Amino acid sequence: MASSTSSVITLHINGEKFTLPVDHRTTLLDALRERLTLTGTKKGCDQGQCGACTVLLDGRRAVACLQLAVAAEGREVTTIEGLAEGDRLHPVQQAFLELDGYQCGYCTPGQICSAIGVLREHAEGRPSAVTDDIRPEAGPPPLTAEEIRERMSGNLCRCGAYVAIVEAVTRAAADGATESEEAVA
Amino acid sequence: MTTATTTETATRAPSVGTARTRVEGVEKVTGAARYAGEIPFAGLAHGWLVLSTVARGRISALDTDAVLAMPGVLAVLDHRNAPRLNTDFPSMLGMRPDATCAVFQHDRVPHLGWPVALVVAETSEQAREAAESLVVHYEPEPHDTDFTSGRPDAYPLDGFMPAVTEKGDIDAELAASAVVVDAEYTTPEEHHNPMEPHAATAHWDDGRLEVVDSNQGATWVVGDLANLFSLDPAAVRVRSEHVGGGFGSKGVRAHQVAAVMAARELGRPVRVVMTRRQMFTLAGHRSPTVQRIRLGADADGRLRALEHRALSHTSTVYEFVEPSAGVARVMYDADAHRTENRVVRLDVPSPTFMRAPGEAPGSFALESALDELAVECGLDPVELRLRNDAVRGPVSGLPFAGRRLADCFREGARRFGWAGRDPRPGVRRDGRWLLGTGTAAASFPAGAAPSTATVTAHPDGDFTVRIAAADIGTGARTALTLVSADALGVAPERVRVRIGDSAFGPAMIAGGSMGTRSWSWAVKAAAEELRERLALGADVPAEGITVRSDTTAAIGALAAAERHSFGAQFAEVAVDVTTGEVRVRRMLGIFAAGRIVNPLTARNQLLGGMIWAISMALHEEALRDRASGGLVGADLAGYHVATHADVPRIEADWIEDPDPDDPVGIKGIGEIGIVGAVAAVANAVWHATGTRHRRLPISPDRVLAAGAPDA
Repeated sequence: MASSTSSVITLHINGEKFTLPVDHRTTLLDALRERLTLTGTKKGCDQGQCGACTVLLDGRRAVACLQLAVAAEGREVTTIEGLAEGDRLHPVQQAFLELDGYQCGYCTPGQICSAIGVLREHAEGRPSAVTDDIRPEAGPPPLTAEEIRERMSGNLCRCGAYVAIVEAVTRAAADGATESEEAVA
Repeated sequence: MTTATTTETATRAPSVGTARTRVEGVEKVTGAARYAGEIPFAGLAHGWLVLSTVARGRISALDTDAVLAMPGVLAVLDHRNAPRLNTDFPSMLGMRPDATCAVFQHDRVPHLGWPVALVVAETSEQAREAAESLVVHYEPEPHDTDFTSGRPDAYPLDGFMPAVTEKGDIDAELAASAVVVDAEYTTPEEHHNPMEPHAATAHWDDGRLEVVDSNQGATWVVGDLANLFSLDPAAVRVRSEHVGGGFGSKGVRAHQVAAVMAARELGRPVRVVMTRRQMFTLAGHRSPTVQRIRLGADADGRLRALEHRALSHTSTVYEFVEPSAGVARVMYDADAHRTENRVVRLDVPSPTFMRAPGEAPGSFALESALDELAVECGLDPVELRLRNDAVRGPVSGLPFAGRRLADCFREGARRFGWAGRDPRPGVRRDGRWLLGTGTAAASFPAGAAPSTATVTAHPDGDFTVRIAAADIGTGARTALTLVSADALGVAPERVRVRIGDSAFGPAMIAGGSMGTRSWSWAVKAAAEELRERLALGADVPAEGITVRSDTTAAIGALAAAERHSFGAQFAEVAVDVTTGEVRVRRMLGIFAAGRIVNPLTARNQLLGGMIWAISMALHEEALRDRASGGLVGADLAGYHVATHADVPRIEADWIEDPDPDDPVGIKGIGEIGIVGAVAAVANAVWHATGTRHRRLPISPDRVLAAGAPDA
């Protein structure tokens, strides 16, 4: 099946292996949605401007529309479908559900994956543009609403559910979502 | 079973009014909810639209042979081989369909980004490459996209309301006024940009057409498709279970029609999805507006003259008017009162409904002018509005079916801390920031439209509600569950609401803030009749007992009245005049908007409207390039919408205001959140800086150009 325009690749997604032939032009986003029926990852703009296709690549946030599927070989891909453990939702998912952190739901998988990435980046002490003290020894800044908003700003929500999303991320952080996220990654 | 149902009701507390998480919530947070472009079909082919690269002219040739020879390409549809469509019919909303959806019918190009062909291939990559390779030759003609206030070819257009209303002598009253405000306000072209791009999959099976779609009303789409293709409506089914936002843009559009054509041509399912960039010419938009307001008042602020004239654009293929002057017909009376909506036809894509059509730009102009009048009169802006609170419809003379605007202002002012506000502009500082507060009034029509619904009782005591409603993010599915549960006298857990399927019978669209009210009316009628039947002790057979409702007669019998929601908007902003940055620090909206069915989702939706207002006031602007006739930066990097970082912890709340004539008391909350809030932000910018921004958005360049306060 391999040719000058296609290759057989193996993707590691949500702890499972998928081997499939792909057109070299196929993005990770289209491989997930069109080839593997993992349609939870959404296509909002297909050019890296909206964040709807945010997944975790080796535990870090990435937009799947700007990633070729062939380049994702050997990396651990976590999508929205890989967060819950059976019927038990990830704490970030649970907080979005309870606090109504969405409306139409289309940006939601990206918001949730992004929030999980944010909590991990914050726990690692990574500063943001609104962090006052960015010295490495300063450690993680307080995870204020302002910090969350700044770090989540790559994820657009046109319905305007931002207030509830920030409330949900705040609650998930307080509920220790970071620890369980590490288990996922 | 039925006995249990009736016994239970005696003690059950109402579900309407209680906060409930969304019934489809788990599906949405786990990625299990499938949207239109995500439903699998065996043998699916992918269509990719090719859009014109000139703003006006004719297609002289299409080099389709080269494209048909490309790998995986199955067909190219264009005006030479596409089936003829019928476009001469009234659409569901009483208007003719936008000719933009009648694709490939002729060789004329009326705007840049007009659909000229559909390329269909085995994979989306093949379709995209072939579509981008298709060479189209044009005979271009000079185009005119110049939207200015002085257009001699502008004309009044009715749309959903009369173009012009007039009473008294405006000039005489202005001459007799102690204080006059005469100003022009402009708003730019704006785009809906729901997060889910428009997507449709069409499939023909034995003469029957099925379309899986993302729309705001299955009834609307099924009717238009049946008419366009001259089909028996019973042979067409449209499903639209989850919809990733609409805001007015998701009706019948080029992609559904192209998909239906291609699916019939190829005899297999065809999916067509708009790209984000294509949405900027195919999905509709809000027209730019130029609005002239003239207010005349006595020294105490009482209005003697109110004139609101609005101009918007439309395309050369479709008449749509953005009725910005309509809001003045509800908000304020005056001895002389004149309003007028006009349009000018340009070589641009067709505009359409966009969240609070008319009210959103209209209230920016009118409520900014009221703020200017308050300054001129030396009156507090809240007090000015209270003094001019209308008792009857200023134009209709009809009584209001509830108008608690003054109560909204009093409650809002109390909670916002408005009392004691220093009216002087440009005098409050917080470091590099100048601070200011602003307020404005809001209103939006409260309507209902005929709908049908069925409710089925099952032998196990559960119920299924079926209605062709659409949940575009409003929480309609959950709201209808609560309404049904109360009408049946059972717990919401025993009711399953199924929506988004034309097979369920005609129903109102999710639009005009009328969806939940219209659907609730129908659902409640069917549920109550079913409950009565069950109370008689009927045995429920295996197939259940189904009752069907139709609210046409009941809604037709509503007495004439001015029916609206109202609200008071408050905003505080910080402005850095050395960088031009404007930050909203807090906002509060207090609404009198009928019975609130689900406080959890209602708050979210009202806040969403207010966030649209932040976005409209400060960010959104589609810039049209005069030379090409197209937009500059037609994507989400070039067209800015509010992000997380733009939105502080804003608040929305409401006061009791059940609609006296609605069975559930609903008025509708989908749009009122944006109304007035844009002006509240702009008025706060004036209070912070002393500069009156009459042109949206209040972007950094405009703030910089205005300079620092004189003080």
